[in-house]
Amino acid sequence: MKPAKFDYVSPSTVEAAVAALVASNGEGKLLAGGQSLLPLLNFRMARPSILVDLNGIEGLSYIEDRDDRIAVGALTRHRDLEHSPLIASKLPVMSAAMRHVAHLAIRNRGTIGGSLSHADPAAELPMLATFYDATILVQGPSGRRTITPREFFVDALTNCLEPEEIVVEIEFPVLKQDGWAFEEVARRFGDFALASIAVSVLRGPSGLEAARVAVMGVADTPRRLDEAEAALVAMELDDRTPDRFSEVVVSQVSPNDDLHASAEYRKHLLGQLAKRALQTALAMKG
Amino acid sequence: MTSNVSVTVNGESYHVSDVEPRMLLSDFLRDRLGLTGTHVGCEHGVCGACTVLVNGDSARSCLMLAIQTNGAEIVTVEGLGSPEHLNELQAQFREHHGLQCGFCTPGMLMTGEDLLRKYPLATDEEIREGLSGNLCRCTGYQNIVAAIRSAAAKRSEQAS
Ligand SMILES: Cc1cc2nc3c(=O)[nH]c(=O)nc-3n(C[C@H](O)[C@H](O)[C@H](O)COP(=O)(O)OP(=O)(O)OC[C@H]3O[C@@H](n4cnc5c(N)ncnc54)[C@H](O)[C@@H]3O)c2cc1C
Ligand code: FES
Ligand code: FES
Repeated sequence: MKPAKFDYVSPSTVEAAVAALVASNGEGKLLAGGQSLLPLLNFRMARPSILVDLNGIEGLSYIEDRDDRIAVGALTRHRDLEHSPLIASKLPVMSAAMRHVAHLAIRNRGTIGGSLSHADPAAELPMLATFYDATILVQGPSGRRTITPREFFVDALTNCLEPEEIVVEIEFPVLKQDGWAFEEVARRFGDFALASIAVSVLRGPSGLEAARVAVMGVADTPRRLDEAEAALVAMELDDRTPDRFSEVVVSQVSPNDDLHASAEYRKHLLGQLAKRALQTALAMKG
Repeated sequence: MTSNVSVTVNGESYHVSDVEPRMLLSDFLRDRLGLTGTHVGCEHGVCGACTVLVNGDSARSCLMLAIQTNGAEIVTVEGLGSPEHLNELQAQFREHHGLQCGFCTPGMLMTGEDLLRKYPLATDEEIREGLSGNLCRCTGYQNIVAAIRSAAAKRSEQAS
């Protein structure tokens, strides 16, 4: 199908883009990579009166080293994150996850701001923002504010932004870790995940000093599993640890049956991925 | 609301007036420029048949608006080679029977061109991962993978 009629503007500043959204009275939509919005327009599931194209705004695409944090501009393409040496060395979990995001032609266009805003419950970047506890910087008519992932992802395909707000930057803290893993299962490589988990561990004098666990595909939003993190830190490290961790992770999620997989199957997958992820993370030496 | 679009496609410049914002790049190439080599299968990014190169990077032409390509350089399958002078990848598709009905082929070729430039493609697994966004209802993929494998081998021969 083809999109219904709309007007189009391509502002050159974030301020002008915000003004265009305000002028549209809630009928306007931002266009970033278009890789989620264009399908919705083609199906006429979205019928905005005007598209505000962000691609003409300079300075929204960057990956910046701020020592203990990495800042990523909202218009940064998936492909730039995928092959960035800085991301590979400072945010290795993100680096490993990026090749699972769709397919090359889609990664060439799709942006981090668009992916977070689209808030698909099985998309990698919203999960990574949750995993790293990133800070999402947005700009609206009354200036800028920051939002945590827990506030930002409200429900499947729903974020907490006001209609006139634009995501401008996402800042990721660099984790202290000496082992990590990212695991995902999709029906076909590059498809949205059926289940996925990211794990990071930091060893202490005995056992683990800290752990980080996030999952997706098993709820309406990506989730940090605080209780699984605490349980993992309290566990003794032996051959059975990955199995015990897997049980804890599975007990923390309650997915629904859907078109793609039953709840039981998703739980089973997540359990297996949790076990594999922890084995990989613990096998790393600093 | 309509606008003018100026683009370079396969090395030729085009200036087209009266383009509606909602016109997809795929329809623009086919209906306004008469370049029907770019195929349209699904119009939601899933089949890959409409893939073209925009400023050197592969993109779904059904997921871009024509007006977004003002000033851009586009390459479509017509820009790769001619029936008399196939480019290397096209020659490998012929050599390995990498097509049957040919519907998916333009997208396979444009994706293949971008994959060859960006990835080592050292294993079949990597080639299959790279092609996972392009659907073919005829070949069963084996010969498409073989064609790309052999184009990747030629590329590394030339590099060494
Ligand atoms: C076939 C196919 C397979 C895919 N597979 C995957 C996958 O496996 N994993 C995955 O993660 N993604 C996948 N995607 C989605 C892809 O990653 C999209 O690029 C991404 O979700 C949206 O980013 P975009 O820049 O294209 O946003 P757009 O499509 O331009 O916009 C999406 C939404 O976000 C809003 N928006 C955009 N930018 C901003 C901003 N800066 N501030 C506020 N709102 C904004 C838009 O108004 C729109 O509502 C797939 C897409 C396709 C077509
Ligand atoms: S027609 Fe564009 S991906 Fe199918
Ligand atoms: S050759 Fe017929 S669809 Fe691929």
